[in-house]
Amino acid sequence: MTGLRVAGGGPVIPSFGHVNACLKHNGWFCTVWVHDHWGDTLQPALIQHIKLTVIAVGIGFVIAFALALIGFRWRFLHAPIGALSDFLYALPSIALFELLLPVTGITTTTILIPLIAYTLFVLYRNIVAGLDGVPAEVLESARGMGLTRRQTFFRVELPLAVPAIMGGLRVVTVSTISIATVAAYLIHYGLGGPIFDALGQPDIFRTELVAAGALAVLLALAADGLLALLQRALTPWNRVR
Amino acid sequence: MPTAAAELVFDEATKIYPGRDGAAVEQLSLTVPAGEICVLVGPSGGGKTTALKLVNRLIPLTSGDIRIDGRSILDHDLTELRRSIGYVIQQVGLFPHMTIEANIGTVPRLLGRERKWIKTRSAELLDLVGLDPSYAKSFPSQLSGGERQRVGLARALAANPSLMLMDEPFGAIDPIVRTRLQDEFLRLQQEIRKTVVFVTHDIDEAIKVGDRIAILRQGGRLAQYDTPQRILEQPVDEFVADFVGRDRALKALALRTLGELELAQPDGVDGLPRLPEDTNLRDALATLVAEHKDALLVVAPDGSPIGVATREDLLG
Repeated sequence: MTGLRVAGGGPVIPSFGHVNACLKHNGWFCTVWVHDHWGDTLQPALIQHIKLTVIAVGIGFVIAFALALIGFRWRFLHAPIGALSDFLYALPSIALFELLLPVTGITTTTILIPLIAYTLFVLYRNIVAGLDGVPAEVLESARGMGLTRRQTFFRVELPLAVPAIMGGLRVVTVSTISIATVAAYLIHYGLGGPIFDALGQPDIFRTELVAAGALAVLLALAADGLLALLQRALTPWNRVR
Repeated sequence: MPTAAAELVFDEATKIYPGRDGAAVEQLSLTVPAGEICVLVGPSGGGKTTALKLVNRLIPLTSGDIRIDGRSILDHDLTELRRSIGYVIQQVGLFPHMTIEANIGTVPRLLGRERKWIKTRSAELLDLVGLDPSYAKSFPSQLSGGERQRVGLARALAANPSLMLMDEPFGAIDPIVRTRLQDEFLRLQQEIRKTVVFVTHDIDEAIKVGDRIAILRQGGRLAQYDTPQRILEQPVDEFVADFVGRDRALKALALRTLGELELAQPDGVDGLPRLPEDTNLRDALATLVAEHKDALLVVAPDGSPIGVATREDLLG
């Protein structure tokens, strides 16, 4: 810690002046910086990150749900759709972002397309597994009591698939929050922005790296917690046993 | 509660699965009079469950016809047909995500009944099948196997069907509870008088619950259709005799009670075993054998002697 020696040999008074001591030593977490740059760096990045995640998971869910309906209804399409989602999931994310750059440019679309593609693998398989997991005797009694195909789907199969669907959503939300930080390697957006900024400094700006990284982790935990609460609310029958 | 019951007629009902040798059900013809319990029984491969599912068209007929109160099942709209028939299966198949009340209200809800009506009806049915109405808001996972099957029965009765199809309804329940459920089902049937088709592989259950028994042999051919008494006393062939078992004479005894016998005056009855008049003859005989006696004293519920039955009386 640096201090100025005041003439006269009085007590040593540390001076924070313009340059904070913690920052000067590139400390792991300097609250001063976080406080000063919350408004212009961290908060906007966090909001961007939330937007990315909500849009990617939202659109991914809609697509996966539609595909799951198709794969569930027309069984012979299940394997091809599953294989496609496997293939998309297997693509390295950086390569995919790079590939799209010439096509969609420096836009959030370039980030969203791979993020959405990665959600399909888990969501598609979880939704189909949830629908498939309805016990045979439950379907038999539904049919025997005169529920139509559509009534069976909406009143029986879909509600019983909710735990599997919510499980998929939780995994996908957390992984999207994580993968989205990588996208900032190419496009400065979301919490990856400050992370790559920090990594780009000559000897890595630790506070910014840790602060943005911690926000990503906290966001993932919070999102997972919220979805867990939603799942609880949607499945009262799983709370009783 | 209205007690409408329908007459059910199988008219050369046949089911052949494509690509499989022989029929699953072959030219099955039998009539179940309104308000009676017809038990379909036989070895596995006898097509009894197939025959049952032909009725609500869970399995489509290949040829022949089935008529409910004279009207062919093929003339009914499929979903209407199923909603008008109570259906109970071994694994019950309650909807795990719905409360007991919502489960019971399934068919009434499909038929457009109001919430309030369903609430009242489900409380009434819970009471009828011997469950406390406080179960209404529980979920199936909170109930025991026996309780779930009671709810399954209540659910099948909810829209007051004139015909019930029961596919091994007590097959997955432990013997003690099964006996109780059978007894309660028979008591219930005294009240509601539905036409019931009841599938089981257990000949003792068939004898106990059936007004009539249809014994099916391999390939879904009807071997004998008769009252339990006649099936036991006059099996038409080796197959039926074999199926009902070597102890069929004893089983026949179980169908009658001491109260049905002509009894001698209760004189000099000291030391005789005392049995209530609703004891069946098989149990009475077992008591005589166990106690090395030749006669027993039949008593009324209040314990007063009614008369004396000898070993010869029991064996008729």
